[in-house]
Amino acid sequence: MSLGSIFDIAGSGMTAQSLRLNTTASNIANAETASSSTETTYRARKPVFSAVHQAMLNPNGAGFGVLNPEQGAGVRVEGIVESQEDLQMRYEPNHPAANEDGYVFYPNVNVVDEMADMMSSSRSFQMNVDVMNAAKSMMQRILTLGQQ
Amino acid sequence: MAISFDKALGIHEQALQTRVKRAEVLANNLANADTPGFKARDVDFKAMMQRAQESTSGFAMNRTDDRHMDTSLSASDSSLMYRNPQQPSIDGNTVDAQAEQSRFMRNAMDFQASFQFLNSKFSGLTKALKGE
Repeated sequence: MSLGSIFDIAGSGMTAQSLRLNTTASNIANAETASSSTETTYRARKPVFSAVHQAMLNPNGAGFGVLNPEQGAGVRVEGIVESQEDLQMRYEPNHPAANEDGYVFYPNVNVVDEMADMMSSSRSFQMNVDVMNAAKSMMQRILTLGQQ
Repeated sequence: MAISFDKALGIHEQALQTRVKRAEVLANNLANADTPGFKARDVDFKAMMQRAQESTSGFAMNRTDDRHMDTSLSASDSSLMYRNPQQPSIDGNTVDAQAEQSRFMRNAMDFQASFQFLNSKFSGLTKALKGE
């Protein structure tokens, strides 16, 4: 029985979604972090997801409970990229971080985007939890096999 | 006379195994609901069961050497198929989370049914052994 791999798959989904939630939280927290130069300004961070294939985990393609070498085995985060969108430049000469021309740079965080992302990732997280719960009850049923 | 579990339990063992495999595939679809370019997949349950039935009722071949090809068609060697998306998304992901979730739940219920059958087969065997 390969019910155990469902836990790994749903677990990888939960890890990926919580990382996405983390970057979203970081983006929202830093949405108003002003800076005097473009280099030091916070940029929105986005995780890059990619599907994990069984063949990668199991190079010889054989083993217990392997359905198919091309079958997927969850999701993983390839890395976190910084958004290359333009930063917001505001004219605030009285701001302590203003440069010689009186401009202050604000991060390229779109709070509305981030809120939508946050909802999406929390829903996906919940979905993976549901999957894990269902797999758990299936496994518990298996354990009662043969009992009166 | 030896008791052959394969004969005693019938198709239900394969059905249960196929349900588990399908649950795995659907769980993977759900885990990748936000992965760009991911294509949702599924197994053809009917075809898998048909193959399982053929392998249990058809001629069985013996392997006398390790280098012989494995001709036994178990429920495990079936090909995965891709789903036709209802609403294709811009990033190339074809997972419809709600539909996948309902399929997963349905599959879990079918698993329960298959389990019930298998369990009653076992309790039948136990009753026969006890002579009740």
